[in-house]
Amino acid sequence: MSIAFWIIATLTVVAALAAVLLRNLVHCALSLSLTFAGLAVLFLQLDAQFAGFAQILVYVGAVAILVVFAILLTRSSETPKDGGVFSPTWLAGLAVAAAVFATVAGAIVYSVNGLPNAQAVPSVTVLQIGQALMSRYVLPLEIVALLLTAATIGAVIIAMHEKPATKIGGAK
Amino acid sequence: MQEVGFTPQLAASPIAGALWLIPALPMLAAGVIAFLKQPRKSLAKALSIGSLGMSLMLALVAFGHVLGGWAHGAAVRETVNFTWLEAGATQVDLGWVLDPLSAVMLVMVTFVGLLIFIYSTGYMEHDENVTRFFCFLSLFAGAMLGVVIANSLLLLFMCWELVGLTSYLLIGFWYHKPSAAAAAKKAFLTTRVGDVFFLLGMVWLFSQTGTLLFYNHGAGSMEPTALAGLLLAPAGLGLTAAGAIGLLIFAGAAGKSGQLPLHVWLPDAMEGPTPVSALIHAATMVAAGVYLIARVYPLMEAGSLAGSTSTSLTVVTWVGAATALFAALVAVAQNDIKRILAYSTVSQLGYMMAGLGMGGVAVGMFHLITHAFFKALLFMGAGSVIHGCHEEQDIRKMGGLRKEMPRTFVPYAIGMMALSGVPIFFSGFWSKDGILEAAQHWGVAKGPFYMLVVGAVLTAFYMTRQMSYVFFGNWRGHGHAHESPAVMTLPLAILAFFAMALGALGTPAWPWFRAFLENRAAGVEVGLLGESEFLGMLATSCVIVAVGIGLGWMVYGSKSPAAEEPDAIERALPSVWAVLRDKFYVDELYAVTVIWFYAAWARVADWLDRCVWGGAVSLVSWAFKGGAHLSRLCDTYWVNGGFDKGCEELANGGGLLASVQSGRVQRYLRLLALAVVVLAAILIWSSRG
Amino acid sequence: MTPLAGYLLVAALLFAIGLAGALTRRNAILVLIGVELMLNAANLNLIAFWRYGPHPEALTGMMFAIFSIAVAAAEAAVGLGLVISVHRHAQTADLDQMNRMKG
Repeated sequence: MSIAFWIIATLTVVAALAAVLLRNLVHCALSLSLTFAGLAVLFLQLDAQFAGFAQILVYVGAVAILVVFAILLTRSSETPKDGGVFSPTWLAGLAVAAAVFATVAGAIVYSVNGLPNAQAVPSVTVLQIGQALMSRYVLPLEIVALLLTAATIGAVIIAMHEKPATKIGGAK
Repeated sequence: MQEVGFTPQLAASPIAGALWLIPALPMLAAGVIAFLKQPRKSLAKALSIGSLGMSLMLALVAFGHVLGGWAHGAAVRETVNFTWLEAGATQVDLGWVLDPLSAVMLVMVTFVGLLIFIYSTGYMEHDENVTRFFCFLSLFAGAMLGVVIANSLLLLFMCWELVGLTSYLLIGFWYHKPSAAAAAKKAFLTTRVGDVFFLLGMVWLFSQTGTLLFYNHGAGSMEPTALAGLLLAPAGLGLTAAGAIGLLIFAGAAGKSGQLPLHVWLPDAMEGPTPVSALIHAATMVAAGVYLIARVYPLMEAGSLAGSTSTSLTVVTWVGAATALFAALVAVAQNDIKRILAYSTVSQLGYMMAGLGMGGVAVGMFHLITHAFFKALLFMGAGSVIHGCHEEQDIRKMGGLRKEMPRTFVPYAIGMMALSGVPIFFSGFWSKDGILEAAQHWGVAKGPFYMLVVGAVLTAFYMTRQMSYVFFGNWRGHGHAHESPAVMTLPLAILAFFAMALGALGTPAWPWFRAFLENRAAGVEVGLLGESEFLGMLATSCVIVAVGIGLGWMVYGSKSPAAEEPDAIERALPSVWAVLRDKFYVDELYAVTVIWFYAAWARVADWLDRCVWGGAVSLVSWAFKGGAHLSRLCDTYWVNGGFDKGCEELANGGGLLASVQSGRVQRYLRLLALAVVVLAAILIWSSRG
Repeated sequence: MTPLAGYLLVAALLFAIGLAGALTRRNAILVLIGVELMLNAANLNLIAFWRYGPHPEALTGMMFAIFSIAVAAAEAAVGLGLVISVHRHAQTADLDQMNRMKG
């Protein structure tokens, strides 16, 4: 385990913590972007260059921005007047998350010796990925295309301003 | 008094075979009348009188048949027996018998009965329940005739009970009068006491001899074989079975014939209409007891050696003599015309019993026959007097009726003289004479003789008293007395004739009656009238009658004391008068002993019923009610409450579960994550194991 | 600790953090942020296993991760659109106040 891995990993985790703990939502969004970036670097370290760049393009470039837009459009950037940002029963949620982590971590630690450990570096070219996409994974590709289309249209409709005359329910 | 053996008959003559018709016809008439409606009076009367008339015809034919047999020296005793029920080896037979005793009784009962039936058509003219009256009268006639012809003690007992029933119905004919209803009940219960003993005797006889038939070609219970067996069987108290059974049967007869301890019902029975008193309580039913003793006489005298008598007959004699004297004493102090005659009947029944005990069947039966005629005559005369005095029965409110009601007076006087025993011309003298003679010759004791003599004096005395009060002196009643219609006075005349004529059958000159009953020849020997024994008896009787009538006339004569004045004797001997008038307080004695005891038991039974059994029933019902309450409580609180509670809990639980659906997404998520963790843990563990 | 185990632990940690955020924050958008974190953690897992597992030349892991990224993006879009729509209706993005589905 190289030192680079630890630095990047720590950064990513800290950023993730910040993303969920900060009061100001915009700060959270920005921390999220940092997390995404950290993850992209981790991908690169894992010799998955295409996945790393795709991560940056999509997550950092689109999803994070989307989140910021949503924050701004819902005026969540203003700090809440009443109570805190955490729900009154935050301990229960924390406990559940801790339980989940404990389970997974326990499984990992316990089965450390059974994990595969290939040392050879895979060489993956974009050409190979493209070919794979068009041959072996063409069906998922098409479905994802459909999915994206539906999601886009759906999101637009959902977020659209309702015109008074076409209220859902039809009652005049 | 041995009887010569009767000729055994192999087959019954036609009249004996048809003998059952004699009681059956009146009973049939009674049955038909029972279904008639009340207004059909004429039809009821016609049916009764017609059926009894036919029975009289048949009785005369039977009598003629027996008479013919006797005249030829071959006396008749014909029996017709049949098996009534069989139970394994035991067999109960019934049957009827035609012999001199039953023939004579048949004629008497039907003849006197018919005359009284005719008389009652006039007497009960104004009563609206005439139909019911004649129904009961016919039923009575049929039952009495059944008693007469019965050859089986069981058949006799059945008809005996029926006679008792009709007596009850007729005494209480005017049942809406409380005194009449009470008198009927008293009659029934008192005779019942006697009947219990009768039944015991009957059962004992059956168990001892195996048969209840009197005569059955040698196998009957009155025939020598059976009697010998009865004499051998011991019965405790020094008696043989024959003696004990005889006493038990006499107890039954004592109830029916009003002998001393059980006489209390007869005077009260005068509550019934006068024809009823005449027929039932003078001539026939009360005579049934005497007839019963005559029928079972072989049993009663069994065990007696020549010169002495059996225990049963001794008892019969003493009871009879005591009754005769007692009743005569009480009759002196009575003021109701019928009550005097009632006590007179009790007294004369005592004479009959004493006569049976001392002199044998013929002596007692002769007096029974003559008494039937003159007592019926006297009662019907009294009825005529009551009718003429507008239903007045107190003799102190009558008087001088000799002039107003001559057609009643003459027969009544004849009856009175017959009863008193005026010599020669009146039948009563001859029959009573026979009894006194037998008493004089009785070997056991002289007591009964003296008692009977005193009784005869008293009889003459009180009859004279009654005559002077009713027929002599001045009229002391209300309104005007009138003579009765011919339908009532004609039977009186007929009976008066017989009251005189019947005497001829029993004189020593021609002892036809005794000879007929005992199956001996009888010739007319006028010379016997001159025998010293007879003349002595005649003298005694003359003295008795003279003393009695003379004394009576002296004290009462033609004086007519007003109703409010005390009686002559009452003024002289007030305490004696009080005792006599109150009947020696026998009724009061019974009231404080038997009736008090009975009432106490009735109270105990009532208490048991109300408190113990009633309490038990109440307890059960209370338990049920308690159980019902408990059930309701259970239902309300446990079942309903439980149910409601359960539903409430269910609703609460539902509410509780519903609270899980908080509507908050994050909570759902948490649960989801937790569930996944749990699932993963399970999977890891299971795969590891 | 093998390299793979390290990556897996990091992924698990990221996943837990994302889950904690989704379960505890009041704002709906932060729930979506948490969801994104969880998805990313899963992607890391996938790539790690692809790299250190057998047959990396089959490209299975990488393809899976790429598709996951695409789908996550679509889902984020729709989810945020929903949040905006709900905000328009209820004037708030506070999850604690959105309990109309309460039983």
